[in-house]
Amino acid sequence: MAIDFKLIVDSLPFLLVGARTAIVVTFWSVLLGITLGLMVALGRLSKITPLAVVCQAYVEFMRGTPMVVQIFIVYFGLPRVGVYLPPLLSGVVALGLNSGAYLGEIFRGGIQSIDNGQTKAALSLGLKPMQVMRYIVLPQAFVRVLPAIGNEFVTMIKDSSLVSFIAVQELTYRSTLVAARTYDYFSMYMATAMIYFVMTFTVSRTLMWLEGRLRVGD
Amino acid sequence: MISLKNIYKSFGSNQVLKGVSADVAIGEVVVLVGASGSGKSTLLRCINLLEEPDSGQIIIEGVVVTAKGVAKHEVRRETGMVFQQFNLFPHLTVLQNITLAPIRVRNTPKAEAEALALELLHKVNLEEKSEAYPYQLSGGQQQRVAIARALAMKPKVMLFDEATSALDPAMTSEVLSVMRQLVAEGMTMVVVTHEMGFAREVSDKILFMHDGAIIEQGTPAELLQNPQHEVTKAFLSKVL
Repeated sequence: MAIDFKLIVDSLPFLLVGARTAIVVTFWSVLLGITLGLMVALGRLSKITPLAVVCQAYVEFMRGTPMVVQIFIVYFGLPRVGVYLPPLLSGVVALGLNSGAYLGEIFRGGIQSIDNGQTKAALSLGLKPMQVMRYIVLPQAFVRVLPAIGNEFVTMIKDSSLVSFIAVQELTYRSTLVAARTYDYFSMYMATAMIYFVMTFTVSRTLMWLEGRLRVGD
Repeated sequence: MISLKNIYKSFGSNQVLKGVSADVAIGEVVVLVGASGSGKSTLLRCINLLEEPDSGQIIIEGVVVTAKGVAKHEVRRETGMVFQQFNLFPHLTVLQNITLAPIRVRNTPKAEAEALALELLHKVNLEEKSEAYPYQLSGGQQQRVAIARALAMKPKVMLFDEATSALDPAMTSEVLSVMRQLVAEGMTMVVVTHEMGFAREVSDKILFMHDGAIIEQGTPAELLQNPQHEVTKAFLSKVL
């Protein structure tokens, strides 16, 4: 057997600390991404043309450039303009900015998919446009895009491994450390893959369950 | 109470309203009839500014609501509207559908809003459905909830936009009986409908629209029994 289970079991506590860091990075990145995404979606749908253009440019740039380069820009590049962020925060900012672009498009699609009659009915009752968005459109759009948010969450768990490039001690970084010491890359990366899989699978199943609970006769 | 003066409205190059003027008095029931595309729904939507007229004036209780600087949401809270497709909020229960606007727009305390909602549900004969979601209701039930939702804002006028067109005859009669009840209570109403029997029975005035203009108007007796215009005659011979 090529896989050294004893090595895996022995290094598991060390790896799990890294997995916890991966979860922390993912959690804050997705939270930042959801916040930015919502703003970007509303910006792109707004009637204020310059705002819509800026939001679209942001989306295009983030989607059209490699994430690892974005991480390098934040961590290695920003100090040149006087912004020093520690590695973990740099990772969260870069991943969150990236995720915000994708989630912005997801939210925009969700908002546009809500029947215009809903907005008309809410306006006819005297709600202001922002109230219509908050109480009528967004709650329905959110349920509709939940599967896509789930996908984004899973993607972010996997992409959080990229912050190992800037020495954040997350799962991938730590397994590389063990592998470099023992030369057993196969065992270590197989174990690492399994841990990522457990995390992504748990998240996707939880979101499926949540989606089933939130979906009301839609 | 409501005065429409020389309303024009175009969608792109398509001129939908071509200088429409009309008046609705307090307590009056005015029915708009005409073929599809004649502009009656657009005219109705101009009253609560869901459509903004390109030119002309709309005056509600002495206030020129088409003037610059008038807050549209303040106009709309006084004008209840019922839609062909009901447009209930699917993520909210029946009770929440009805209480949302009183709570968020009028700042009515929740308990008070709910008491009023239950009263209105009793009125439309659906008090047992307060905790149901819209998808659990039939079309006729949904439309009655939609009427209760509009009434919860205590509007000065109710606008009905083909409120029964998506319903079968049995459900149509449920909804019409609620509308009759409102007429009996003296509610001011503007109704777009194809239900000529209902128009004849409850309306004070029928406006016949053709190609973006009101070409004929009068009491039901005048207009339905003795139409003057050729287009009106042709239309009525098809629907009566």
